[in-house]
Amino acid sequence: MKHVYTWFGILAVGLASVVGDILLAHAMKQVGDIHALWKRSGLFRVIGRVLSTPSFFCGVAAMAVAFFSLLFSLSWGDVSLVGPAAASLTFIGNAFAAKIFLHEKVDRRRWIAAVLVAGGVALLAG
Amino acid sequence: MTISKYLVLAGVTVFAAAGDSMLSHGMKQTGNISIHNLASVFFALSNPWVALGIVLLLAFFAAYMNALSWADLTYVLPATSLGYVLLAFVAKFALHEQISLSRWLGIALISGGVGFVAGGPALTSHAHETEKAPLLPKSRRNGAPIPDATAGAES
Repeated sequence: MKHVYTWFGILAVGLASVVGDILLAHAMKQVGDIHALWKRSGLFRVIGRVLSTPSFFCGVAAMAVAFFSLLFSLSWGDVSLVGPAAASLTFIGNAFAAKIFLHEKVDRRRWIAAVLVAGGVALLAG
Repeated sequence: MTISKYLVLAGVTVFAAAGDSMLSHGMKQTGNISIHNLASVFFALSNPWVALGIVLLLAFFAAYMNALSWADLTYVLPATSLGYVLLAFVAKFALHEQISLSRWLGIALISGGVGFVAGGPALTSHAHETEKAPLLPKSRRNGAPIPDATAGAES
């Protein structure tokens, strides 16, 4: 039963991380290129722009959910399974989600990169 | 891609790896924290390694947000995954841990993945940039003189 809990936890961490990453990426695309904005209007304007974007706060909230899911998962399963499994899942999940929700052109080059990194992370912790 | 943008990507990589290792080092010194004893959280915060780890992770977050403002998520994530490799090298050379064959293979896979994505464009989706651009008259975007302004100067 603990095994099921662990995988449920890993799934929750992966899902919350993907939602968080997508929302944060969406927020920052709305803000626009920070380098250009900083040069034009200064640091305070950049901070104000970021803090006035609702999806930024939703993204941070999702990241907090991911963090607490990770804490719970770690109490059910080993860190050597939970850590890499959740990270790999996040890499692959983000590639799908970025294509669907952010309309990024995830070409073959990026798919291969996502799969290689996900596999590499799983091996590193093994 | 300018040098400052490469520096931001390097910052995301290094701050995440350094912040995680310092936090982990500090938490091993302070011991377990539990929900029933909230004072233990503040005790953990007073550990310099934990405090430094948190500062570094805040720096990571700022650099990550910076990178996401001008690059795709599917570019930033693989491009900054060299942090895992960095941690393995720190473990080997600073902490003298043994690195198994499967870990070396993992390092090779991640490096390969970074190489793949770094060769491509950083930004593919940009509806927002093109939405903003029409605010400027077309003639001005091309660097041509603005007819209205010259007319005003003549009168």
